[in-house]
Amino acid sequence: MRRDLYRTMRTIRRFEEQIVELVNANEIAGVTHEYIGQEAVASGVCAALRRDDVITSTHRGHGHVIAKGAAVRGMMAELLGRTTGLNHARGGSMHIADVSLGIYGANGIVAAGAPIAAGAAWAGVQAGSDRVAVCFFGDGAVNQGVLHETMNMAGIWKLPLLFVCENNGYAVSFAQEEATAGSIVERAAAYGMPAERVDGMDAEVVLEATERAVARARAGEGPSFVECTTYRFVGHHTAERTMGLGYRTDEEIERWRLRDPLLVTGGRMSPDDVAAVDAEVEALLQEALAFARESPRPQAADAMEYVYATGPAPRQGVSA
Amino acid sequence: MARMRYQQALAKALRDEMTRDEKVFIIGEDVRASLRGVSRGLVADFGRQRVIDTPISEQAFTGFAMGAALAGHRPVVEYQIPSLLFTAFEPIVNQAQKFRLMTGGQATVPVTYIVPGSGARLGLAAQHSDHPYALFAQAGVKTVVPATAADAYGLLIGAIREDDPVVFFAPAAVLGTREEVPDELDAIPLGSGRVHRAGDDVTIVAIGHLVRDALVVAADLAEEGISAEVWDPRSILPFDWEGLRASVEKTGRLVVFDDTNRTCGLAAEVLATAAEEFPLVVAPKRVTRADAPIPFAVELELALLPNREQLVTAVRAVLTKEALR
Repeated sequence: MRRDLYRTMRTIRRFEEQIVELVNANEIAGVTHEYIGQEAVASGVCAALRRDDVITSTHRGHGHVIAKGAAVRGMMAELLGRTTGLNHARGGSMHIADVSLGIYGANGIVAAGAPIAAGAAWAGVQAGSDRVAVCFFGDGAVNQGVLHETMNMAGIWKLPLLFVCENNGYAVSFAQEEATAGSIVERAAAYGMPAERVDGMDAEVVLEATERAVARARAGEGPSFVECTTYRFVGHHTAERTMGLGYRTDEEIERWRLRDPLLVTGGRMSPDDVAAVDAEVEALLQEALAFARESPRPQAADAMEYVYATGPAPRQGVSA
Repeated sequence: MARMRYQQALAKALRDEMTRDEKVFIIGEDVRASLRGVSRGLVADFGRQRVIDTPISEQAFTGFAMGAALAGHRPVVEYQIPSLLFTAFEPIVNQAQKFRLMTGGQATVPVTYIVPGSGARLGLAAQHSDHPYALFAQAGVKTVVPATAADAYGLLIGAIREDDPVVFFAPAAVLGTREEVPDELDAIPLGSGRVHRAGDDVTIVAIGHLVRDALVVAADLAEEGISAEVWDPRSILPFDWEGLRASVEKTGRLVVFDDTNRTCGLAAEVLATAAEEFPLVVAPKRVTRADAPIPFAVELELALLPNREQLVTAVRAVLTKEALR
């Protein structure tokens, strides 16, 4: 399991590092929100899940999607805007999804995935299944109302739903202690669910906490809340490096880098094992990038595809 | 033929579809007690798992319905007042509606959002009187506004069977009206308009509760020898442009009668499309709600809502104008 956790984290880390290069080289359009530094959370949580469990993610979603099992080549192709991408080049970084794996999408609105995960959790119960749903969100989302509406609904209906708060200390540039009154886990506990705060830089600790919560959910005991304290080593998004925002110090970043989740877990493995996994991951990512680059770009004539399942096509912007 | 209230038609459609498809359920505030009568009696027959009362949490239960839909259900969400759609705008427009496109067609999101009691009923004041159907259509969400009991039945079934999100407006002014309906009611697919009264001189496009007023006006004008066609799109998106084209090709003259705000409302879109694409012989007119929130006092409210006299004036205006071609 430790080796698997490390492999997932290493895959996320190297994926993100490549994405940064590709965005900076204008090979990827738009901006992306890198997960670098937070890998232990997605890896630890998803290691406790089954294929039929459902997750909802955020704008910083690549890590969750990789950890839940999506094909890295399909993700790379999506970010490069190719038709072989998971979303056929219609979603990109911020909406990447694989519904067949229970990945109900990254999301451009920070707490919007919570009620979607709740609906999926309810549907699992209706189907007589013990599957669970997990919604990932950041410390910024704990101040968005829909999260609280959803925690209340999950509480009254005892939904098999796990709320995973990735507290990386900042909502973009706004520090958590300035943004959030009181304690995050105490807020969750007020909705009548078990809530704990764990070290989000240690994937094994995250995994253990998730296993406890998932066991309760599968047993019909309702929702749980896990706050994972973590840190992003890079900017809010790829463009931030040029913006000089100065909301945190280099010293603070360096202090957290000492607790790099790859070092924490990798440090418990033999150097040979780490090297073997690293080589495996490099090969995977090289293949993914080559696949993406060789894949076709979409045709302008297909820009209206996938808007509606049935009925007439949407109208064009010019009349005949 | 049987007589049926609009409200009863909605209730019958929901019950019939819940009976036919066990994946259909209704969720919203007070749906067990059924303040609007749409879900009356359903909890006794289908149980609390399919007739789900929620806390006052519009964003959460709207998003919840989407999650259930992605997992294979066909939820019907009921809002008690139309203005709650503003609260639920994000999960409908930004999440449910865009999901299919964003995921490259990985999933469908078959959710129906019913707003019974939409539109002004005198004296409800500013926060309970909006009729924002054009807003949803503008954002790309399939939107229906049935005018009659039979259409309400058919289009609610049609909406529930759609694989895309659909917002269903049931105008307050017609909820209690009774009418003759056929014994066998059928589903109506979205995107088909209806000629309520055929005519040759002018096309009146009316929607929702204004269809009844348009029919009264058309009957009055017939006594003067004016032959007005009353055409109802029934669904705003998709819109039956070919149906409207056929009517305008016959009459060459167009008036739109619409209870949304004038600016960027449904009437604006119909006039723009007609001006660009249809063979109008004179410039068209529209009669709409004014661009202001509804004030409380009845005389003030009536001053802002579209009415029959305004429609008569507009019809006369397009008939007396000299033809451009």
